[in-house]
Amino acid sequence: MIDGASDTIQFAHRHLLGIEGLSPDDITLLLDRSESYVEQNRRIDKKKSVLRGRTIINLFFEASTRTRTSFELAGKRLGGDVINMSVSTSSIKKGETLIDTAMTLNAMHPDVLVLRHPDAGAAKLLSEKVNCAVINAGDGSHEHPTQALLDALTIRRRRGRLEGLKVAICGDIVHSRVARSNIHLLNTMGARVRLIAPRTLIPEGVERLGVEVFHDMNEGLEDCDIVMMLRLQTERMHGNFFPSIREYFHFFGLDYEKLSSAKPDALIMHPGPMNRGVEIDSEVADDIGRSAIREQVEMGVAVRMACLELLTLNRPETEQRNL
Amino acid sequence: MAGKPSESLGRVAYVNARLVDPASGLDAPGALLTEGEVIADFGAGLFGEGVPEGIKVVDCGGHCLIPGLVDIRVQLREPGEEHKGTLASGGRAATAGGITTMVCLPNTVPVIDDMSVVEFIARRARLLGLTKVYCYGAVTKGLEGRALAEMGMLAEAGAVAFTDGIKAVGDAQVMRRALSYAGTYRLLIVQHPEESSLAEDGAMNAGETATRLGLQGIPRAAEIIIVERDIRLVEMTGGRIHFAHVSTAEAIEAVARAKARGLNVTCDTAPPYFALNETAVGDYRTFAKLSPPLRAEADRQAVVEGVKNGTIDAIASDHAPQDEDAKRLPFAQAACGGIGLETLLPVSLEFYQNGQMSLTDVLRLLTCGPADVLGLSAGRLEKGLPADLTLFDPDRAWKVVADDLLSKSKNSPFDGRPVQGRVLRTVVDGRAVYGREG
Repeated sequence: MIDGASDTIQFAHRHLLGIEGLSPDDITLLLDRSESYVEQNRRIDKKKSVLRGRTIINLFFEASTRTRTSFELAGKRLGGDVINMSVSTSSIKKGETLIDTAMTLNAMHPDVLVLRHPDAGAAKLLSEKVNCAVINAGDGSHEHPTQALLDALTIRRRRGRLEGLKVAICGDIVHSRVARSNIHLLNTMGARVRLIAPRTLIPEGVERLGVEVFHDMNEGLEDCDIVMMLRLQTERMHGNFFPSIREYFHFFGLDYEKLSSAKPDALIMHPGPMNRGVEIDSEVADDIGRSAIREQVEMGVAVRMACLELLTLNRPETEQRNL
Repeated sequence: MAGKPSESLGRVAYVNARLVDPASGLDAPGALLTEGEVIADFGAGLFGEGVPEGIKVVDCGGHCLIPGLVDIRVQLREPGEEHKGTLASGGRAATAGGITTMVCLPNTVPVIDDMSVVEFIARRARLLGLTKVYCYGAVTKGLEGRALAEMGMLAEAGAVAFTDGIKAVGDAQVMRRALSYAGTYRLLIVQHPEESSLAEDGAMNAGETATRLGLQGIPRAAEIIIVERDIRLVEMTGGRIHFAHVSTAEAIEAVARAKARGLNVTCDTAPPYFALNETAVGDYRTFAKLSPPLRAEADRQAVVEGVKNGTIDAIASDHAPQDEDAKRLPFAQAACGGIGLETLLPVSLEFYQNGQMSLTDVLRLLTCGPADVLGLSAGRLEKGLPADLTLFDPDRAWKVVADDLLSKSKNSPFDGRPVQGRVLRTVVDGRAVYGREG
C-alpha cells in the first residue's frame, strides 16, 4: 500500500533541517506517513524495499544512543544501506573541518546524510555543500525536527489531534533543541504551548515564538493535556543556571504533587535520556497509565522511516545518475 | 525581661501617648491597647472614659508611641564570631535602640547558605525573646561570588532576601544569573555596591584627606560603577535589587533615575553617611573606618538630600561589631565597620531636630520604609498585627558613650556625640523587652 502510493506523494522540501518553515500540510504528510510504519514495525517481518540501493550515512558528532539507533533501524527496515560514522572514529579527530568531511562523504554518493552536531546551524551549512538530502538529527540548541515529529505522532495517537491541546514544556528550555522544534511544530498545528522553568533557563525573547512563560510548576501545569519534561543539559551549561540538583528537583522536578495541577489524564513525555530524581521522579516516569516515554521511542523509528522515504522520493533521478 | 511563651500577657493599655504611625500618617494624642501578642485597638478616643478594670495601664507620659523600628542591615556575629557579638548581646542592644525587627547578614560562620543556619538563627532568636531576627540568605555559596546558593529553598526556610553581605557580587554574569534566578521566586537581591578591584587596596575615601594621611584611597567610582551596572542587569533580567548603604551623589542619582523608569530598585543608607564625613577619620581613628568609607562633605550632603527627597527608602544601622583587637591596629590593617543599633534612632532624629524633616517622615525611614523594602508585615500600627512598639522621648538629650552601650563590641563611630531622642520602652509581641527608668 505504501509502495503503491509513493509516486503521488510529494514532500516540498529537499532537506529536513528544522520544523520552522514547515507548513501544517508538510507536518500532516510526515505524520500520516509515519503512522503507516508504526503497524509495519510491530510485525515479525519489518523489512521493506523502498530504499533498496540507497545509501544513508549517519554522521554523529555528539554521543547518541536512541537517535542514531533509531535512524539506523529506520534505514535498514526500508532496505537501504546504512553507514554509521561517529566522531571518535572519523577524520574530524585528525583535524578535518566539517565541510571537508562532508565533501569527502559527498564524493561517495550517499542519498541521505543524517547529521548530529554540537553547533547550531551545522546541518544548514552541510546542506549547502552536498548533493544529497540532509536530515538534521540535532544541531546544538537549535532544532531536532524528528524528535518533535515523533512527539507529535505520540500525542496524535493518544489524543487523536494536536489542535487546541495545552502542552507544557518544562525544564532546560534555553539549551534545548527539542523545545525549539516542539514549539514550532505545536504552534503550527494549533496547540497552545507553555514553557515552565526558572528564569535562568528561559531564553530571552522566547515569548515572541508564541508561547506563555511560567516560573511555577503548579501554575504552569494547570489544566494541561500534555507535560513534556526536558533533560537538564549540564554539558551545555557554562556557569551556573541554578544552585543545585536538589533545589531544581524541589521546584521543577515532575512528581505526583506537581502533576496534580495538570488534567487528570495528562500525558507525560520525555525525549530521553532521563535523569531520574533531577527533572522527573522515577514513580512518575514509570507510571504506565500516564507516561508515554517508551512509546515515544517506538514512534521515533516510524517517523524516521517516513522522513527517509519522503526525502529520498523527492530527489530527482537525474541528479543522482549524473553525479 | 524576656517573656516566656507560656506567660499570660492579658491586656495592656498604653495611655497618654503621642501615637505616630508613618504608614497611615497618624500623629495624634491617644492610646493603644494590646491583647496578648497583638495590637487590639488604638486611636485618639480610646479610653476617653478611662481604662476598664482588669487592664494593665502604662502611662506614656505624652511621649511618642510608634511601631517598633525595623533595621534591615545588621551583623550579629552568631554563629561563628561570638567574641564580637551574639544574638543575645545584639538583641539587648537592639531593644535598647527601640528596634523590634532586624535582619542579619549571612556572613556568619558557617555562612547562611544552608537552610539549617536559617533555622538555627530563627530558633535561637525565638528562645531569646528579644528583638525579632530575620536573616538574609547568601546569593552565592560561601559568599565566594561564583556558584549560586539555594535561594529558593533558603527562602522557604525563612530567608527574607539575598545578599553576599559585606561583599559585592562582583562578576557581572553571576549577578545577572542571580537576579534572573531570584526573579523566578520573586526574591530580592541586596547588593553591597562596591567594585572590589577598585576598593581592595584602599583604607578610606580617596581624596585630599587620604592623601594627607598617606592612606590608599577607595574611589567613589567603586560604588557608582556597581550601582549603574546592576541597574542595567535589573533591566535586562526583570529582577529586583536593593542597594545597601549608598554613600555617593551619583549612586543616589542613578537610583533616582532607575526608579523614574519604573525599575524595581530601592536603596538605604546608614547614619554615618549622613551624619559624618571623612574628616571623622581624623588622626587615624579606626572607629571611623567603615565600608563603604565615610565620604567627602559633598557626598554627605547628597545623602542628606536623598533621605529628604525620598530616593533613599530606608535608614539601616549597618551594625558591625568588631572587637578591640580588630580595631586597635594601624588604620590600613584595622577591620571595617561600626556598631549602630543604639544610635540609629537618635542620629536619624537629627533630621527632625534641625528642622529638615517632619517626625513622621524620619520615622517612616525607620519603620514601614524598610519593612516595605523586604515585604515584612512589620513597622506599622494595625489592629491584629503583632504588638511591636517603641516608646521614646524625641527631645531627651544624652551623650553617646561607647562603653555605656549594650552592644558587646564598643566600636561606635558616634562615641562622644551629643544626641537627642531616648527610647523609654520597647515592646515585642506584647511583652516589654526593654524599659528605661526616669
